[in-house]
Amino acid sequence: MLNVYKIREDFPILDQQVYGKPLVYLDNGATTQKPLVVLETIDKLYNRENGNVHRGVHHLSTITTENYEAARDTIRKYIHAAHTHEVIFTHGTTSSINAVAFSFGEKYVHAGDEIIVSGMEHHANIVPWQMLCERKEARLKVLPVDETGDLMLDKLEDLISDKTRLLAVTQVSNVLGTINPVKEIVEIAHAHDVPVLVDGAQGIQHEKTDVRDIDCDFYVFSGHKIYGPTGVGVLYGKEKWLNEMPPYQGGGDMIKKVTFEKTLYEDLPLKFEAGTMNYIGAIGLARALEYLQKTGLDQIIAWEKALLDYATEKLKKIPGLHIYGNSKQKASIISFLIGDIHHYDTGMILDKLGIAVRTGHHCAEPLVESYGITGTVRASFAFYNTKEEVDVLYNGLMKVVEMLS
Amino acid sequence: MSIQEIQDEIVEEFSVYDDWMDKYNYLIELGKEMPPIDPMYRTEKYLIDGCTSRVWIHADLDQEGKMIITADSDAIITKGIVALLIRVLSGHTPEEIKDTELTFIDKIGLKENLSPTRANGLFSMIHQIRMYALAYYTKQQSAKKD
Repeated sequence: MLNVYKIREDFPILDQQVYGKPLVYLDNGATTQKPLVVLETIDKLYNRENGNVHRGVHHLSTITTENYEAARDTIRKYIHAAHTHEVIFTHGTTSSINAVAFSFGEKYVHAGDEIIVSGMEHHANIVPWQMLCERKEARLKVLPVDETGDLMLDKLEDLISDKTRLLAVTQVSNVLGTINPVKEIVEIAHAHDVPVLVDGAQGIQHEKTDVRDIDCDFYVFSGHKIYGPTGVGVLYGKEKWLNEMPPYQGGGDMIKKVTFEKTLYEDLPLKFEAGTMNYIGAIGLARALEYLQKTGLDQIIAWEKALLDYATEKLKKIPGLHIYGNSKQKASIISFLIGDIHHYDTGMILDKLGIAVRTGHHCAEPLVESYGITGTVRASFAFYNTKEEVDVLYNGLMKVVEMLS
Repeated sequence: MSIQEIQDEIVEEFSVYDDWMDKYNYLIELGKEMPPIDPMYRTEKYLIDGCTSRVWIHADLDQEGKMIITADSDAIITKGIVALLIRVLSGHTPEEIKDTELTFIDKIGLKENLSPTRANGLFSMIHQIRMYALAYYTKQQSAKKD
């Protein structure tokens, strides 16, 4: 079993007090904390090894370029992509999805076509498709979610038509914690020649991810949600799509030859990396992934599952507490409300007790509103959280009940 | 009492609480005691949508030309702070309200509730009150000219 107390030594931020109480950080769905090895890498890069990638002939530029391209390969291995050039760096999940919505949409989506998303998507996996549909006079269709918080897969076949150009679905719901059967979804979609984008923003940090096994056409995630730096993300795309899709941003580094008459674009992956990328973020992200592998993904997953089970049982003991999302397949995310106590009030009181949770609609308004509520309290656990912290949350919630009922 | 005097009074009241919990309990009490807004104003039109809690607000002029503010929130702590804001501002002239500086929030240690995020709608609520004040003030000025 994972030694969580030892792990916590790698995350200096966790060891502090908030309003005189030890910090209990349970907002890992929003962003995760960074291990020392990532912080030290960023520090070293800015202090000793900073030069712009792909540009200079000088020493610093050369080593940064080497580190950056090595980071790309680390990420390829982590998600089991076939080729390193299928890994594109972006600013995060949102920019990855927008890139696909623009580039793929530009080439393959026309008036009357359809895009399918699921009813449990984050706004980042809804709005770019809506914008595309508006631009192209296409239609957005929604795969519904059932009471338990699972996707109604039996409805998928009926939803797909010969007009469907793409299906975009999340690997893990940021509100309900549901782990979606993405492999099965891809299988169904592919049987109708519909490519699939999987939003891994809440999935990759909780699950072993093999894009070739899932067989998805696109896979996107953010660095900062998997213990890496902010402002860097990944767009994985199958080579055949990325080669066909036009670039979505023009600028430096993405070109082979520029004249005022015509510009020739670079090959993959640079075709999609216009301008100076967050190369230090990318290298930091690679360090984070190496750290996770060294810690052991199996152990991490097992500990998070233990935390989820322990927390679920514990929270159920609180009178009037209702959990939203009760799928059999769940990542360590628990959304809940206590009676008619407002999520904001709960969050404010927990904050004063040093406990960080997220409150509100979690950027998934359509899903949250489908339950007839304005929001939930969400506790999302990482492998550095302890059972003692779950107990602190439980006691905090009992205090909330005492103050507000 | 002037706006400043009421602010000072609230700061004085809160000075007896040295624990956040007492402060919050007091806010919760204020929230529970606040008379509800007229249902006709608890609608989309008067809603200030926060990311987390929501605030409804409406302001009218009484016969003496003073602004009467009523408001509501779906979160009880937010509602408590709303009650304090109403106590400070409601019943004063638009001219007084539009230029007033709200110093008590910081002094009673509730600044984090008023950060310019979309979180609870309070920041936007204060902005909205100033807009009401400015609009009524302009209206009063032009009425004087006529």
